Amino acid sequence: MSLRRNAATLTAAVLAAATLASCADSERSDDGGGEGGGGDGTFVFGAAGAPEMFDPFYATDGETFRVTRQMFEGLVGIEPGTAEVVPELATEWTPNDDGTEWTFTLRDDVTFHDGEAFNAEAVCYNFERMFDQNEAGQTAGEYWGYVMGAFSNDAENSLYQGCEATGEFEATVSISGPTSGFPTMLSLESLSMQSPKALEEGDANGIAAEGEGFSFPAYANAPVGTGPFTFGEYDEANGTISLARNDDYWGDAAQTSELVFRVIPDESTRRQELEAGSINGYDLPNPVDWAGLEEDGNSVEVRDPFNILYLGLNGEGNPALKDLNVRKALYHTLNRDQLVSTQLPEGAAVATQFMPDTVSGYNTELEPYAYDPEEAKRLLAEAGAEDLTLNFAYPTEVSRPYMPDPEKIYEALRTDLEAVGITVNVKTASWNGGYLDNVTAGKYDAYILGWTGDYDSPFNFVGTFFGNLKENDFGTEAYPWGKQLADDLKAADAVVDDAERGAAFETINQQIMDEYLPGLPISHSPPALVVGPGVEGVVPSPLTAEEFDSVSVGGE
Amino acid sequence: MLRFVVRRILQMCLVAFVLSMLIFVWLRSLPGGPVSAILGERQTPARRAALEAALGLDQPLHVQYLRFLERASQGKFGVSTKVLPGEDALQVFLDRLPATVELSLLALFLAIALGIPLGYMAARRHGSAVDTGAVIFSLVGVAVPVFFLAFLLKYFFAVEWNLLPVSGRQTTGLDATRVTGMFVLDGILTREWDASWDAFKHLILPAVALASIPFAVIFRITRASVLDVLDEDYVRTAEAKGLTARVVRGRHVLRNAMLPVVTTIGLQVGGLLAGAVLTESVFSYRGIGDALATAFREKDYAVLQVLILMGAVIFVLVNLLVDIAYALIDPRIRTR
Repeated sequence: MSLRRNAATLTAAVLAAATLASCADSERSDDGGGEGGGGDGTFVFGAAGAPEMFDPFYATDGETFRVTRQMFEGLVGIEPGTAEVVPELATEWTPNDDGTEWTFTLRDDVTFHDGEAFNAEAVCYNFERMFDQNEAGQTAGEYWGYVMGAFSNDAENSLYQGCEATGEFEATVSISGPTSGFPTMLSLESLSMQSPKALEEGDANGIAAEGEGFSFPAYANAPVGTGPFTFGEYDEANGTISLARNDDYWGDAAQTSELVFRVIPDESTRRQELEAGSINGYDLPNPVDWAGLEEDGNSVEVRDPFNILYLGLNGEGNPALKDLNVRKALYHTLNRDQLVSTQLPEGAAVATQFMPDTVSGYNTELEPYAYDPEEAKRLLAEAGAEDLTLNFAYPTEVSRPYMPDPEKIYEALRTDLEAVGITVNVKTASWNGGYLDNVTAGKYDAYILGWTGDYDSPFNFVGTFFGNLKENDFGTEAYPWGKQLADDLKAADAVVDDAERGAAFETINQQIMDEYLPGLPISHSPPALVVGPGVEGVVPSPLTAEEFDSVSVGGE
Repeated sequence: MLRFVVRRILQMCLVAFVLSMLIFVWLRSLPGGPVSAILGERQTPARRAALEAALGLDQPLHVQYLRFLERASQGKFGVSTKVLPGEDALQVFLDRLPATVELSLLALFLAIALGIPLGYMAARRHGSAVDTGAVIFSLVGVAVPVFFLAFLLKYFFAVEWNLLPVSGRQTTGLDATRVTGMFVLDGILTREWDASWDAFKHLILPAVALASIPFAVIFRITRASVLDVLDEDYVRTAEAKGLTARVVRGRHVLRNAMLPVVTTIGLQVGGLLAGAVLTESVFSYRGIGDALATAFREKDYAVLQVLILMGAVIFVLVNLLVDIAYALIDPRIRTR
């Protein structure tokens, strides 16, 4: 290529660049540029995944709720650091005698981020909006379906029956019958209060099924709540979500002027980002890193366990498991003290029942089944199941707060089972690649799974497991006591008085562990989050529902 | 030449059609699916059935495929369920493409800029310490897993020495204007030089990690090819004619040795797309590779289909361009 041709090419490239440059103008604001946020600092949190969208009603995953929690509030809230229900947008609430009508007294000093007033009309608009969903919305509005049972097209089967503005700041919500979940369920992110005007203008209910997914209306990306932060922008190309402090917030103003979530799926990268000082914290650090993180000057904030890991059993798939003695034998083979101390993070505990001790209805009298291989062998012999074979499964490609490393937990359990002569056929599948489907379809004799509570309600634990006779992973319908257990759970859940209800669940927990034993509760694990030097005010939540308005970022 | 190009494009359409069918069937034959990913521990047979019905996954496979074709003919490839819920899958691809193009171009540039001169130098000094050292260096490039190399790069350059960012595409809080989606170019176009420099710094480590394998391949092919050409009669003849070393190198050795190298570079583009899945994941770099990894993990069918399909189309297109470049380098090809 000649020198002349080189020069021509270079000239053309420069001209092209100059032409392109003249087509694009900077859209920087005058105060923009440079790094970081404004005067009171920016708290940057490393998120493990991107949010689905920003309308909490249609959201289903923790990463979305982590963001929306900072912008939205419910009628009731959760006391930071506990699972206890406290006033939020409602200052108090009282039920009628049979627990079917709940009158909420609302705060009178709240406005939505768009300046609209928060009042009883807004509350009822929100309830009706959630209740009145089209077909796609009924499927996508999973949490409403889960806690309320049905939507307006099936009103008879819905827990929610109506809402009436009985005063400017007083709303009465009717439900079909008393339940331990109400009004606690109103602390769920999905049931947060949103601006009626914004909902209307953004066609918030205009969700549609399209292809194999849902297309969301404009509102899903322009959320308007009442919380301490307002929505800024979702820079999808860079994986950041920015929220700005709500200067008109009714409560104490947020400690930082900006809150940023950076999507960093890889856990080791999140740790490196923290070490490099480019993020201020992240969730679910690997338990093996806790000590190292603390040594480096970070704070590992350990939450109280609000979960349960269990070994599920399927008597339909393996008839030997229908014998209570066999199930008890399996329980006696498991050295859970050793499992907890070697495979689970510090603060984990051996489970005595299917719920953690922070939930009302927890039975403090129950003792863990002792690790006793000899007793296990005796019980197996008594049941004629000395040559028991189990198709025992664990999931791959997943980590959950109750099982940080499923494979290691599984190996410990398998070793114990094989030590008493049980033959274990190892089964495995990836979490989204068939494991859950196989569990639901009853394809495994035994499997490990768990649950993290949504809110402080015993029914949210044991009711989820055994309350639906036809559809539960333990196959309780096949047992003579299955229907009785489901009925007892529903009856206990409907008790209006808190103390009586708690006592009823304690009794059921005792029956589950002594008489039924549909599965084997293993442990409760405390998940943690970590923040870097200079970060203060993080209050770890058992529900993994931290609010970041109390967080300040100081100098190093 | 035109007929050749048209024929190849028609072939590409056929490949895309057959591939779409294969991907469609393959994805749905895998265990699990988007319903599991969406419902998690909450799934029950009833909830599962309701969601499957809402998403049309309860229909027979051929009905699902016909619906897919019908939508695809209207330019709709389905909406994402997890990567960017609610967004059209094709739009997800288009949104993520600039990031991967930017990364791949720099990686390819590094691989070529290092691989060809080093390969040439190693061949010219065949058997010397330089040759041995370069071969070992290239072997390391192939042998070290990308995720491990990425970890080392991040640990030393970002954490220990604080020279470069750990991950991402641009520093949080930088008020940068977006034009093309290629952040370095955007900064140049808008004269936001700090934004451009910041994006470039974010590109360096992932580009080095991504370039490691193509570099090694290009180096080795160049070296072998130059060694072959150096033995050719026409090189000896050129030297005997008294041509300068520069002319012999440029016109006779390098130009002839480049033919297999150009083909290799074309093939490496496909490799770059595959490598981007791992590289982008470990660097939280939001390109096509990162989207593909998320889509596979979360069983986002629509996004998976589009990304794999478009990956194949890009691969075929790049190879078409390589064939054209090949013809330009070697006039004999044009006459065939």
